[in-house]
Amino acid sequence: MASEKAQAADSGPRPIVPFLRLEPKPHLVGIRCSCGAIYVDLNRVACSRCGSAGPFEQVSFSGKGSVYVFSVVHQSFPGIPTPYITAIVDLAEGAAIRGNLLDFPPEQAQRDPHKVFGLPVEMVTRVVAKDREGRDVVAFGFRPAKR
Amino acid sequence: MRNVYVLGTGMTKFGRYPEKNVPLLGGEAALMALKDAGVGIKDVEIFFCGNLFQAPNMVGQRVLQQVGQTGIPVVNVANACATGSTAFREAYMAVASGMYEIAMAVGVEQMGKQGLLGSGGGGSDPAYATEGRLGSGLMPAVFGQAGVEHMRKYGTKLEHFAKISVKSHKHATKNPFSQYRNELSLDDVLNSRMIAYPNTLYMCCPTGDGAAAAILVSEAKLRQLAGGRRRPRVAAAALTSDPWTEHDLALPDVSTLTRRAAKQAYEAAGVGPKDVDLTELHDCFATAELIHYENLGLCGDGEAAKFIDEGGGMHPALGGKSPVNVSGGLLSKGHPLGATGVANICEITWHLTEDERARPRQVPNAKVGMAHVIGLGSACTVHILTI
Ligand SMILES: [Zn+2]
Repeated sequence: MASEKAQAADSGPRPIVPFLRLEPKPHLVGIRCSCGAIYVDLNRVACSRCGSAGPFEQVSFSGKGSVYVFSVVHQSFPGIPTPYITAIVDLAEGAAIRGNLLDFPPEQAQRDPHKVFGLPVEMVTRVVAKDREGRDVVAFGFRPAKR
Repeated sequence: MRNVYVLGTGMTKFGRYPEKNVPLLGGEAALMALKDAGVGIKDVEIFFCGNLFQAPNMVGQRVLQQVGQTGIPVVNVANACATGSTAFREAYMAVASGMYEIAMAVGVEQMGKQGLLGSGGGGSDPAYATEGRLGSGLMPAVFGQAGVEHMRKYGTKLEHFAKISVKSHKHATKNPFSQYRNELSLDDVLNSRMIAYPNTLYMCCPTGDGAAAAILVSEAKLRQLAGGRRRPRVAAAALTSDPWTEHDLALPDVSTLTRRAAKQAYEAAGVGPKDVDLTELHDCFATAELIHYENLGLCGDGEAAKFIDEGGGMHPALGGKSPVNVSGGLLSKGHPLGATGVANICEITWHLTEDERARPRQVPNAKVGMAHVIGLGSACTVHILTI
């Protein structure tokens, strides 16, 4: 609690969603149920797979995973640059998460979609906006993993 | 549970009606269905009204303020794109349970030109809006990915999705209730601008306004009111929500709940996919129709592309088999969200009863019809009507 209050008062960058942690280095957090289901999310009353109310194990994700499927978005809200790749990433720890696939040309993904399926990726972060208090808002995305 | 029959149906042409409002559109459809049934609003004992965008505004009561305030119970239903079909199912259950003899279901929507993008979200500070920054949760991307998933599993090509849209538009030329009635070539579809890969503009359903209504009755009332007219029986009314599946929380899984609903419906009706003479399924995007061929068992898993190449889904008059969306479907007929599920029931009913409203596109000797709707989030209905 103390650290959350300190963070709120801070003028430093803020994650776009609560399950993205920026310290000590950016990572996703979640919970694992004893049934094996894993969620990139901390606020759950119960496991939607088995119904157990926990207690749940806290999980830190490595950010490594592979692309399950994707789409290339060509039309969006004003201010959202297009085209961009939206991807469902299977995280190494077992959960799936949606994010932008960065550093991969959208036209190449459309030309040869089978090159994207199973593509090993790693999580990266980027500043996407400034909030009303003038703090940087940080989002996560994925890029092809460095070999 | 008792037998339930569809005594009357009515719908407005789908399109744009900026000069009208939701209760007016709903009222028009209700009056058409009542007239078709040969009853009046005073005969209706309970009313289920499906509307999504004005869900907090007591749309059903306002429809009755248009057609007759008889003081009957009114239930307003919202269930995403399955709103209308859920209202129909509730009306079915009201009669099937034995509590009511005559129920009315109306689905109505006025979307204008706002499109399927909806609002940007993000709460009070738009800096925290996630759309486009943590991928896309909007319909075009979700159903784009559902198609891409099929490409990954089975090597499906863009052309197969595009062929579905060509078929839809060909069918729609025979439907005066359809929002769009123009034919499109394969090149037209493939070369229209990309919205969310692999769906191009013409592989996405339009938005629009419209309403549809149905009057459901018990067997006793049917005998009393039908006057020798043949009316379809609601042989199955299945409703499912999305069970836990591996990717569902990241990418809504529109297949598993459809398969479950179809299985339940086939079992309840005592028929199989081969017995179905026509299907209206939820082709909000061309990719959706392709995967639902398999989900509904119209072809085997991984066989949708082959099914399409062999004329699957095409009207028999065009040399096809297992006709799907002979109305033009959502892709051409339009998709006023709340109206869609009841409009499907109208279409099926008209074919089963050889109604003049389906004459230009009548599926010959239709005895069994299936209507499938998905509301993302998710809800799925499968209704089977028989005559
Ligand atoms: Zn569990």
